[in-house]
Amino acid sequence: MPVEFDSIRTEHAAVRESVGIFDVSHMSEIEVTGPDSTALMNRLTTNDVASLSSGEAQYACITREDGVILDDAVIYRLVDHDDHPAYLCIPNAGHDSQFTDWWQTHRDEWGLDATVDNTTEQWAMFAVQGPDSPALLAEEADESVTKIERFEHTTSQIADVDCIVARTGYTGEDGFEILCPTEAAETVWNAFDCQPCGLGARDTLRIEMGFLLSGQDFDPDDQPRTPYEAGVGFTVDLETDFLGRDALADQQETGTDQRFVGITLLERGVPREGYALVDGDGEQIGELTSGTMSPTLNEGVGLGYLDTAHTTAGKAVEIVVRGNRKQAKVTDVPFVSK
Amino acid sequence: MSFDVPDDLRYLESHEWTTIDGETVRIGISDFAQDELGDVVFVELPAVGDEINAEEAFGVVESIKAVSDLYAPISGEITAVNEDLFDQPELVNTDPFGEGWMLEVDPSDETELDALLSADEYREQIA
Repeated sequence: MPVEFDSIRTEHAAVRESVGIFDVSHMSEIEVTGPDSTALMNRLTTNDVASLSSGEAQYACITREDGVILDDAVIYRLVDHDDHPAYLCIPNAGHDSQFTDWWQTHRDEWGLDATVDNTTEQWAMFAVQGPDSPALLAEEADESVTKIERFEHTTSQIADVDCIVARTGYTGEDGFEILCPTEAAETVWNAFDCQPCGLGARDTLRIEMGFLLSGQDFDPDDQPRTPYEAGVGFTVDLETDFLGRDALADQQETGTDQRFVGITLLERGVPREGYALVDGDGEQIGELTSGTMSPTLNEGVGLGYLDTAHTTAGKAVEIVVRGNRKQAKVTDVPFVSK
Repeated sequence: MSFDVPDDLRYLESHEWTTIDGETVRIGISDFAQDELGDVVFVELPAVGDEINAEEAFGVVESIKAVSDLYAPISGEITAVNEDLFDQPELVNTDPFGEGWMLEVDPSDETELDALLSADEYREQIA
């Protein structure tokens, strides 16, 4: 996917006001089935996979023993395969081999009976997002797909191609994510007559919503964070027994030193990844991990980690931009209300 | 895609342009540069009276996707700054050689202009 097809502003506005399409085929796909598939999924992800029925999906983190997020993922429960639960796990780009190994190694270590396949090469994935996306889907897919609710999925033909269609996305708008066989990618892409969007708009849209970007807002090596620090504690079900559960149970008791927050720049400029957050005395109290000029608000907005004592919405902080301190404030996300 | 490269200007490899006639010269960034940057959202410029030095950074232009330093094609004292860019940075996109100009400078050594790229040389660079 290119950074932009037209301009980021044009693409961003299309998704906020009408509809746009993204090629997100870079996402990873891992399929898990077999008698112990639910147990394996539940022990490697933070949410309660057992609560899913066929046709439902959930957002979850993949954590390691110390509770640090390795990646975030959407997990679909598919129709049962040979009477056993089947799952499609979609972590971020470039993680497919790593997590296929991770799943298989833990399956063997725990003696579980499950098949784990890396099917990333078999799937293309498109996101059709925006308030007009249901109308567009109703034209190009079975009308029934517009009846599914958020985080549900179904199957449908699009341009005579069998697809999985989920009501999910990364933009904050109503929208759908469509999985189709790789060889039919062009056919399905061409079925949608709407604004093509690139990585640039994908980033500005998700930042306006306060959504995390894997490898940037958290990263096991460069930005090790737990779900509680990263503001996605809602993905953690401590009643399930997953890798990292004990560390997270402790942290839920003790609290976190820093928290993921939204920051609005009150002066001209653009907040960016890596900029320091300081208090009125110039003492560092945090760091931005993402930032942009919000195309919707025409304000500089950033996401990052701030010492917990400073995280009340409205609190004044300063962003250090190329050596200069600029006035900013803590802001509840999403920046753009939906 | 073809980009506008006015014949009567001189260029730096880093995509700034300068006029070459008159008491003062005017400086900005090229059509090619604004297209590469995409939507320009912020321009940081020095003040009138400040000195700039040829080939040294004098400011910053930011688009939604990138931060880029601005380099001086020539040395001299700044006599005017395009303050319209502070509220309308998108002028750099819509009219890079006109309303999107950045600085006017009183050159301290006009022979520096001889080292700059001609329009033809710059066209070749961005081809």
